[in-house]
Amino acid sequence: MRPYETDAFTAYRQLPLVVVLPETVDQVSRVLKYCYDNDVKVVPRGAGTSLSGGALPLEDGVLLSMMKFNRILEIDLQNRAVVTQPGVTNLGITKAVEADGFYYAPDPSSQIACSIGGNIAENSGGVHSLKYGLTTNNLLGLEIVLITGEVIRLGGKHLDSEAYDLLALLTGSEGLLAVVTEVTVRVLQKPETARAALIGFPTSEQAGKCVADIIGAGIIPGGMELMDKLAIDAAEDFVHAGYPLDVDALMIVELDGPEAEVDDLLERVSTIAEKNGSSYLRVSQSEEERNTFWAGRKAAFPAVGRISPDYLCMDGTIPRAALPQVLQEMQELSEKHGLRVANVFHAGDGNLHPLILYDANQPGELAAAEEFGADILRLCVKVGGVLTGEHGVGIEKRDLMPEMYSEDDLKQQQRVKCAFDEKQLLNPGKMFPVLHRCAELGFMHVHQANCHSRIFRVFR
Amino acid sequence: MGEGFHPTTAEELEAVVKWAAAERTPLEVIGSGSKRNWGRAVQSAHTLRVDGITGVVDYEPAELVLTVKAGTPLQEVEALLKEHNQELPFEPANLSAVLGAPAQSGTIGGVLATNLSGPRRLKAGAARDHVLGLEAVSGRGEIFKAGGRVVKNVTGYDLSRGFCSSWGTLAVATSFSIKVLPRAAKECTFVLLGLTPQEAAQAMSEAMGSSAEVSSAAHLPHGFCPLSQEHSITLLRLEGIPVSIDYRLDKLRSILKRFPSQELIEGQASRKTWGDLRDLVPFAGSNKPLWKISVSPTAGQQVIAELEKRFAIRWMMDWAGGLVWVEMQGDEPHDVPLRRLIAENGGGHATLLRASAELRADVDVFQPLPETLMGLSKRLKAQFDPHNILNPGRMYAGI
Repeated sequence: MRPYETDAFTAYRQLPLVVVLPETVDQVSRVLKYCYDNDVKVVPRGAGTSLSGGALPLEDGVLLSMMKFNRILEIDLQNRAVVTQPGVTNLGITKAVEADGFYYAPDPSSQIACSIGGNIAENSGGVHSLKYGLTTNNLLGLEIVLITGEVIRLGGKHLDSEAYDLLALLTGSEGLLAVVTEVTVRVLQKPETARAALIGFPTSEQAGKCVADIIGAGIIPGGMELMDKLAIDAAEDFVHAGYPLDVDALMIVELDGPEAEVDDLLERVSTIAEKNGSSYLRVSQSEEERNTFWAGRKAAFPAVGRISPDYLCMDGTIPRAALPQVLQEMQELSEKHGLRVANVFHAGDGNLHPLILYDANQPGELAAAEEFGADILRLCVKVGGVLTGEHGVGIEKRDLMPEMYSEDDLKQQQRVKCAFDEKQLLNPGKMFPVLHRCAELGFMHVHQANCHSRIFRVFR
Repeated sequence: MGEGFHPTTAEELEAVVKWAAAERTPLEVIGSGSKRNWGRAVQSAHTLRVDGITGVVDYEPAELVLTVKAGTPLQEVEALLKEHNQELPFEPANLSAVLGAPAQSGTIGGVLATNLSGPRRLKAGAARDHVLGLEAVSGRGEIFKAGGRVVKNVTGYDLSRGFCSSWGTLAVATSFSIKVLPRAAKECTFVLLGLTPQEAAQAMSEAMGSSAEVSSAAHLPHGFCPLSQEHSITLLRLEGIPVSIDYRLDKLRSILKRFPSQELIEGQASRKTWGDLRDLVPFAGSNKPLWKISVSPTAGQQVIAELEKRFAIRWMMDWAGGLVWVEMQGDEPHDVPLRRLIAENGGGHATLLRASAELRADVDVFQPLPETLMGLSKRLKAQFDPHNILNPGRMYAGI
């Protein structure tokens, strides 16, 4: 059971009561019904790549691994849809259709390993979500099993759900509502051309302003990423991507589509960059060169791992305009906590991944890093952003939820939980800082019937 | 139009719902009432109109996010975005003409509560795909917020998207944050003349499966409307910068060269064509039952072929064949056979968009749900609106 004691949020470990590996929907249904009847907690798990502890086992709970559901069931390119079991990897879907020129758009950096079922649980994004959306925007249908063992099908190859949009509620629900047993996603035709520009700036502020100006000019790049000095140096040292080392911020902008369009937009992006004081510009001339640009960015996390014994990866999102302010304040926080921070952003959609460098063997550093992280997320909320853009709440950010949501806000969220899982047996302890019993949530204060008569009017 | 509650702030609205919850008094919740003739009629003594809660809260064009109060007229929202060369990418329909409501009525809240999307939904996504956050009052009279003002956000359940297509039965929204996008520099429509529905479905599938980035694809049968007076027409819309459109147009011509009868609709005429299809103009001016059918794109023409064998119908296909609008010419009951056909052709759903009040009371307006899904939907309703005071019965008996 050791392989299941943690996910990619390795700060926490716990052996489960038992690991179950079902192979059929009927088995999933019977396992869940048994647990429901006997009040046993269940933690669903895909590939275990969650960065927020979403699949962390419970000592007194069943760990339900869905990785034996590993077959693609149907490829229907006439309808641009793929029906798959949830244990298939994200990249596995693209691999299955790429010979025909198609791909599955959301591309989280763990796409080689992460399962599509886990993508549903986390509403995974990736570097191309600015243009092509998140999991929720690319999902057509689901088959789910409730904790009671009931099997429900939602959507299919058609668009839009009948009745309530339960697909929306399930996507990003972190395994707290149901277990996914089948997924239908849309696949897209691969763009004919993709070219990337590597643009360096003397300051992060200039880079941040450039991001806002590109979007403001009506250009929606396929991807737009930013790295700060520490991240650039670490990445270059690790993969030798040819990054300039005399800049404070490095932007990768990728444009995709017909060649003529890509060339035209790259020209405009270069002009905008120059106006914002860029000091370095290189446009990829080959597919190989484009991949090299990305290699550094994609290896940024492990690269930072090489220059520090440990690091914490954060995941807030902010309005793009707040980027310079947040960078400035983050530097101040770095000094306050006495820890270094490397920054990697999905700049186009304002999703920050600050990496806090620390050494767990130094007494007090883990605690300092966690406090630093919490301060960064508070900062994100303060400027109008959110706690997590794509990694999920899990256990990691659970206790920060009240920074963003009021008691009443959180109660509404838990009411969704109560509609799906009244006994709160599915993945308890994740997402919510305080678990109200559903019966308690159901209680309604009787308000004084006090309706101001001035609101009552005769309509035209 | 009667009398009822007409709050002008979220706090006033909260007070009304709190009162109704305490009194166990049902409310018919509407924006401006433009879609009142769609869906099931609500039996209630009181009406709660949201169109007094209006105004833009925040709009930074460079952020591509608009925060707006729920009762703001759709027309005002669209005009504001146009000033900044932006738009709602899902191009919501204005159904006033087809539903017999005053011209250009309708609020942004009504659009989102019904998840109303137009022809570009095919490429850009539905209304719900563009909702980032909301503030609302639940049926318990609790004011709450969900989501945020940023595109990427997985902090908690996605209640904002969950609100869409709930028809005001879970909560009454007071404001939304919506993702907006720049308007395309240019658009044109590539037209194939004289295709059969089967050929059209095939042509649309090939176009959508190519890298031509078609943003809307529709088929109008011969004689359906003035545009298709002489031949059936199959419409493929391209949007973007001119150099890109020219290239993609050549691509479509070459992929579809086996259909030699081709035409081009450009610029303003192209916009007008898609605007009319979006607003269902060809179905305006009658009160015959009009069904909205969502199936897989290749199944649309199969459902039409089967329907034509049994009923007298007028129809058109949008969303590359996946959205079929069917107007029944006769009075015989058609909901049961229609839905059976959908089930036999890969599944999907049918919603009765327009019909007399009698017919709407008589048939399932929305797709009937399997027992387990209905049970779950009712539990969700009971969590948010335990006393069944928000639009009771608007979607289903009990919901």
